[in-house]
Amino acid sequence: MSTIPIAPNVFSTDPELRLIGGRHRHSRKFVFPLPAAGDFEAVELPARGVLWSFTVQRFAPKSPPFRRTDPFVPFAVGYVELPGALIVETPLTQVAFEDLHVGLAMELTTIDCGRDGGDIVQTFAFRPSASAGGAA
Amino acid sequence: MTDVYIVGIGIHRFGRTENLSGLDQAEFAIHAALKDAGLGWPDIQVAYGGSDAAGKADTLVTQLGQTTLPFINVLNGCATGGAALFGGCGAIRAGDADLGLVVGFDKHPPGAFDPKPQDWGLPAWYGEVGLMVTTQFFAMKLRRYMDQHGITTTALGRVAEKAFANGAHAPHAWRRVPLDLQTILNSPKVNDPLTKYMFCSPGEGGVALILASARKARQLGRTGIRIKAISMRTRPAGSFEVFAPSLDLERGGSATEIASRAAFESAGLGPRDIDVAQLQDTESGAEIMHMAENGFCADGEQEAWLADGRTRIDGELPINTDGGCIACGEPIGASGLRQVYENVVQMRGTGGGRQVPRPVRTAYSHVYGAPGVSAVVILQC
Repeated sequence: MSTIPIAPNVFSTDPELRLIGGRHRHSRKFVFPLPAAGDFEAVELPARGVLWSFTVQRFAPKSPPFRRTDPFVPFAVGYVELPGALIVETPLTQVAFEDLHVGLAMELTTIDCGRDGGDIVQTFAFRPSASAGGAA
Repeated sequence: MTDVYIVGIGIHRFGRTENLSGLDQAEFAIHAALKDAGLGWPDIQVAYGGSDAAGKADTLVTQLGQTTLPFINVLNGCATGGAALFGGCGAIRAGDADLGLVVGFDKHPPGAFDPKPQDWGLPAWYGEVGLMVTTQFFAMKLRRYMDQHGITTTALGRVAEKAFANGAHAPHAWRRVPLDLQTILNSPKVNDPLTKYMFCSPGEGGVALILASARKARQLGRTGIRIKAISMRTRPAGSFEVFAPSLDLERGGSATEIASRAAFESAGLGPRDIDVAQLQDTESGAEIMHMAENGFCADGEQEAWLADGRTRIDGELPINTDGGCIACGEPIGASGLRQVYENVVQMRGTGGGRQVPRPVRTAYSHVYGAPGVSAVVILQC
């Protein structure tokens, strides 16, 4: 069984895991995801940042579009501030809900979110930084 | 600026009405407003109206009468009612009509709203991973705000407690049973830090207002309540809105702040001149944040305001006197006009158990809708 990304051009894994954002050629502002049209160049976004805000999704989002697994398990989502780039909205993983707080150091990872045929579909997520106590 | 007067108001009660469509509830509200104004449908020269999910307002002419009037449909999310009123006022100020109708209505199925990524210009994966949920946005805007300005979950509970207490006295409200603070705080979490009783529910209802030019209002002997100012604004750069996969590091203001400043400026008034306010309360935290965004207090002061009961019916600035969206539910197209309806009731002094116990001469209403639209109306008598 192999793993496939949830969509092309959302994140890359080679040589290392990074989100693919866009940077406007004139305003130099960053956006995520990379817009299909417009004057943007593709850029790899920083893989580490700090938690800007968060919540816990206690009820199952409507499915479709949500790739629901049974039974539904509540999950955390948040915004992570990536220094010098932007603030990205993301699922959060490998963290107890009660440990979430604004300013928590986070790093990029992937999570499984269902299957397409025989393939495991993966999306991006953020988890608390492995380098505990380290600056973001 | 040419004055516009509100000479009639009508409402179909909010909540659930099984046998009536959204359009039926709009028709009910229109007949009530016409009766209130002492007018008939053929007197109306222009109409603005809308719903988010219950049909096209202009089809109402089938039931009301095919008088061939211009009838403009409006669709601006939760700000639909405010946008319709903005349009109706414009037509009367321009001299195109002396009498106008503004109507908002809706009928949503039970449960959270069900937006589609493609309708919002978002990729399919955004919905697949579970981010296409409006309540997450409210919770995350609030969490950030609470962290920055020292707002507690108790304050969130107090807003809902006040909403249910006020709604109990509003015949048009959906939730009419008071709930105590502990019940609200201990109810199941929906999106932390918000619990079930801190959120409004999608619902049903209809509201209609009859607008008149100064000349017509004098003729009708109805110059009691006029629209002192109305403003509507879309979001500025850097605002934080629903369904945003990323945000600029450089944060900006909100559509609410801009609409509020514009309305106060146009009215030549300030927040201290307001006797009663209806503020968009999609959830408890929205009311708290909107207190500051509309200029009524500084960020963080809400904690003390709520602890002191300053926004209760008998407080110095009563807010959401009919229980707001939390007690009335949220029929998207109708809520903005419900606020104006409630302000007219308060100014007429006919609020019964929810009547503000001192003269209401200047009343403020504010709606906010996705993805960043706000309208503010200031009434004066």
